[in-house]
Amino acid sequence: MTTAVPASSAGASSAASPDRAARTQSPFWRNMRKFADNRLALASGVVVLLFVVMAVAAPLIAPHDPNATDLFRRLQPPAWMAGGEWAYPLGCDALGRDILSRIIYGARISIFIGTAVILVATTIGILAGLAAGYLRGWVDTAISRLVDILLAFPYLIFAIGLMAMMGPGLSNIVIALAYKEWVIPCRVVRGETLAAREMEYVEAARALGAGRARIMWREILPNILSPVVVVSTIRMANVIILEASLSFLGLGVQPPTASWGSMVADGRAFMLEAWWVSTFPGLAILLLVLSLNVASQGLRDAFDPKFHD
Amino acid sequence: MTLGKFIERLAQLVPVLLGVSLIVFLMMSLTPGDPVEIMLGDQHVTPEQEQALRHDLGLDRPPHERFLVFIGNALQGDFGTSFYHRRPVGEVIAERLPATIELTLVAMILALVTAIPLGVLAAVKKSTIFDKASTVGSLLGVSMPHFWFGILLLMLFAVHLHWLPVAGRIDYEYQVEPITHLLLVDSLLRGNIAAFGNALSHIILPALTLGLAMGAILMRVTRTSMLEVMRADYVRFAEAKGLARHRILFRHALKNALIPTVTVAALETGTLLGGNMIVETIFGWPGLGRLVVESIFQRNYPLVQAAVLFYAVTYVMLNFLADILYTILNPRVKL
Repeated sequence: MTTAVPASSAGASSAASPDRAARTQSPFWRNMRKFADNRLALASGVVVLLFVVMAVAAPLIAPHDPNATDLFRRLQPPAWMAGGEWAYPLGCDALGRDILSRIIYGARISIFIGTAVILVATTIGILAGLAAGYLRGWVDTAISRLVDILLAFPYLIFAIGLMAMMGPGLSNIVIALAYKEWVIPCRVVRGETLAAREMEYVEAARALGAGRARIMWREILPNILSPVVVVSTIRMANVIILEASLSFLGLGVQPPTASWGSMVADGRAFMLEAWWVSTFPGLAILLLVLSLNVASQGLRDAFDPKFHD
Repeated sequence: MTLGKFIERLAQLVPVLLGVSLIVFLMMSLTPGDPVEIMLGDQHVTPEQEQALRHDLGLDRPPHERFLVFIGNALQGDFGTSFYHRRPVGEVIAERLPATIELTLVAMILALVTAIPLGVLAAVKKSTIFDKASTVGSLLGVSMPHFWFGILLLMLFAVHLHWLPVAGRIDYEYQVEPITHLLLVDSLLRGNIAAFGNALSHIILPALTLGLAMGAILMRVTRTSMLEVMRADYVRFAEAKGLARHRILFRHALKNALIPTVTVAALETGTLLGGNMIVETIFGWPGLGRLVVESIFQRNYPLVQAAVLFYAVTYVMLNFLADILYTILNPRVKL
């Protein structure tokens, strides 16, 4: 049985919270509802959130110190295999470190680097894209040429080249990946800005005497943010794989810090006797990247009607 | 496309290539550490000898002069001397390149051969279980880290089942006199079927690993463009005319649907070039990618610099070819 809500009460409630009513009517929230209707995308979003929680709360969740070695537990198998124990559910690596704890701590590296690179790259991309698209002229030419040049490098090769020159380390990975990553939001923002600068609301702001910075920042940016957010989410999965690849090659996060890529690399030498050392960290990368990909596709479908097939 | 347009498009590459060279040069110049000290290693030399070496390498010149010399030398194929091999960098790269080209080509062929039929089938059977499975498969393919997938394949097919070899390009007992330096081609040209089989067994796992992501992307592109083409008026007209379904699919729809697939394949080759470094490292493949990774750890910077430049120039040229190919396949598009 459904309960009818009196019109007056509904009216009173929307009058009482006009902000909320406006919010639920705004295109952003309409698209978010569309995203929430896509169950697979929503479930993937939840998985991503769980990884984030795991990364943030790693010291509380991890059963052991990720760097504590115990040579008596060298290559100890997972709990369900002979010789395993439930205190070390996913087994131990060659130095007797708990693989589950290292995976939990490794999430911090992947998510921190993914988020940091995307934040830095998106900020630079937005600034450069707005400037190129709105100011045009030599600014546009200079930025567009730089974008063309950076696009000429295959991503992993560029990052490997930079890491070789700068040396390994957390901040260097962020710099190496952000160096090229910013061109993607920049291209999106430039394209959207080129279209937006001819719109009536921008012309109106110009007629009212608004300065260039104000028009770019206060008028154009809020209207073009959705595609940038969607593209950034899509790119995050890629950045996480690149970080893991660099760490796998020994150019990323250095030991003993737990990183999924270097954990997979550590297990290569023991493939024959201890498959679990490489397998579980790899599964963690796959699960996070897959969830990010599905969730970001859901976002893209919800925010961009062109992508429905 | 007219010749004039072609030349104009080619000329546009010049500033990009110059910019690429400048970035590669800066990467090298801003590297911490003195190249002369790295090159000398533990050798004891007098300050005069050290100065002479610095002069020989041109390191005592101002940066802009060094850049011009770098460009001039690069245009002549001179990338300096490999610190580790004590031989010209160009020579060392040329030795390793055929293995990388062979692996990339086989990975690309594998990706195309699996992606196109699966993409077409997914479009034809839209919204069926097959379509959904192919969507999941392609998402898995895109999300799978190369290095992990390679290790899984190694564990299963080489270590446990012993079906395929663990590493290398060919077993030592097989000798193939080089013609093209591509082992698969050379062994066939020489009529050495046993060597061909052995080389093929070595290349399968690395090529599968390398081609997986590309195949996944190409499958999605083929499916989407096939769906688009199947909605086009000329396909509906062909259906209304009563043409057989396979004839419509293969003679009319597929021909047009493949245009984006071919273009994306050319563009994705850049990803394959990057992926080579990982795959060659895992499978002990004696190619350029592994050489670059080894050189990074040996601090063999001239080689890393030359290889990064080589990869970038190849990638720019592939993008250029993809553009040209797109205009040839789709005459409605103008450069």
